Amino acid sequence: MQNVWPIFKRELRAYFDSPIAYVVITVFLLFTGWFFTTNFFVAGQADMRVVFGIIPFTFLFFTPAITMRLISEERKTGMMELLVTMPIHDSAIIIGKYLAALALLVAMIIPTLVYVITVASLGDMDVGPVLGGYLGLILMGAAYLAIGTFGSSLTDSQVVAFIVSWVIVFAFFLLDKTLFLLPGWMVSYVEYLAIEYHFQNIARGVIDTRDIIYYLSLIALALFLAARVLAGRRRR
Amino acid sequence: MIEISNLTKTYGEQKAVDNISFKVEKGEILGFLGPNGAGKTTTMKIITCYMPPNAGDVTVGGFSVLDDSIEVRKMIGYLPEINPLYSDMNVVDFLKYIADLRGLSEDLQIRRIREMIDVCCLDEVLHKNINELSKGYRQRVGLAQAMIHDPEILILDEPTIGLDPNQVIDIRNLIKQLGREKTVVLSTHILSEVQATCDRAVIINNGRIVADSSLADLQRDLEGKTSINLEITGAENGVEERLSKIAGVDEVREVFLENSGGRSFRITSSPGSDPREEIFRCAVEAGWVIMGMSREIRSLEDVFHQLTRESINPPPS
Repeated sequence: MQNVWPIFKRELRAYFDSPIAYVVITVFLLFTGWFFTTNFFVAGQADMRVVFGIIPFTFLFFTPAITMRLISEERKTGMMELLVTMPIHDSAIIIGKYLAALALLVAMIIPTLVYVITVASLGDMDVGPVLGGYLGLILMGAAYLAIGTFGSSLTDSQVVAFIVSWVIVFAFFLLDKTLFLLPGWMVSYVEYLAIEYHFQNIARGVIDTRDIIYYLSLIALALFLAARVLAGRRRR
Repeated sequence: MIEISNLTKTYGEQKAVDNISFKVEKGEILGFLGPNGAGKTTTMKIITCYMPPNAGDVTVGGFSVLDDSIEVRKMIGYLPEINPLYSDMNVVDFLKYIADLRGLSEDLQIRRIREMIDVCCLDEVLHKNINELSKGYRQRVGLAQAMIHDPEILILDEPTIGLDPNQVIDIRNLIKQLGREKTVVLSTHILSEVQATCDRAVIINNGRIVADSSLADLQRDLEGKTSINLEITGAENGVEERLSKIAGVDEVREVFLENSGGRSFRITSSPGSDPREEIFRCAVEAGWVIMGMSREIRSLEDVFHQLTRESINPPPS
């Protein structure tokens, strides 16, 4: 596992040495900033509800954009051939790259703390939901990125990787919006699978282990599958 | 060091490698020779644990690529055919990255990177980005990458492809120098490369081994096939008889050429002998006039063409 570190470092550098990181972060902040400023002052409530309402939606597009190149680019340039012929476990490659994407996501979210400071200075803010909201954002983003990493492992085309990841992520996003169409006995199961349902729970400021376990197992499953795809080449 | 046994790899219907077996001894430079698409790269990808065989096994230093692939990968330095490099990194950073991945300690990394810079003559491009490098330098970075952890075995897939003649000579010398201590397997479809660098050649065609012998043996076999073309005038009967008596002459056959004033003979000599002097004396004794005498050595090219003829397409000119 000590091989995770060099892969992580290289990947993070690749993000920040190229325009990718800056474009992603800038557009994300413009988007959320616009929603924050147009709605917050109208609503007149000292909370982050507006921001936490819009960010999950932006994640749908930003996370596949962050992860699309992770594996597919390496496959395309042939670098993967070098990586997998080194004495490194496939999972180390996946985890190193995944963590770099996660670091970029965190770097993307951190500037939104400016909104928190604004809110806190304007009114009496309840800290619990804000902390919960950020934890939820990171967990949900982490789950999206894991799915994106899996999507990127499937193909050597970044465009295909983006679309596949987006479709999977969007399916998870839609699940709890379709509940009213489902027969009653299915609702609780589908609800548990839905990615935003757990976010809403955590964002209320109530941290339930079930929600955490949901995200962690989704991340583990997606990364496991990505590693399997990489290793699939090695099986007879 | 490397033992390949009954290796088979199929892509869909097509057999890329078909039941091949050979061994590579420690300290040997093996030339893996064959036309494009013969199965060289596939075999190398299996040895380096990039992909598994459909049947058969490869062991490297006693470890199987199927069961102990991590151990195998530790022992091998690999330069793939496409020579992948991170084009946005500079040479030193890239080598450092590879050394990191190979798990070299910080001190060792510095020492090895310095050695690689010396061995591969990279000092002029150290801090250049890889995308600014010429093909020759990129290839050297690829070699440096493959050797950074001082592996016992080097697998080089077409190491001189796309280089200019001077660079080719440089890289060949480098490989030769490395081969003194290491086991090297290099693939190529250029015969002179094998002649220039290798101890042994395995020739593969359509996924099968068609020849496997040391270069000395191969050379001797070739000399065994030496023939002498002789053109004389003033000869009566019994030329074949007289020539056959000369030591070192195996066979004499008269050939009929147009536009030739005299008679022509094709003489096959036995391995390791050169009977041209004796032929001259014999001619003087018999009163023949030699109009021409030339010796033809079959080149490695001829052998290669003969062995792989079925699949060779005329090279694009």
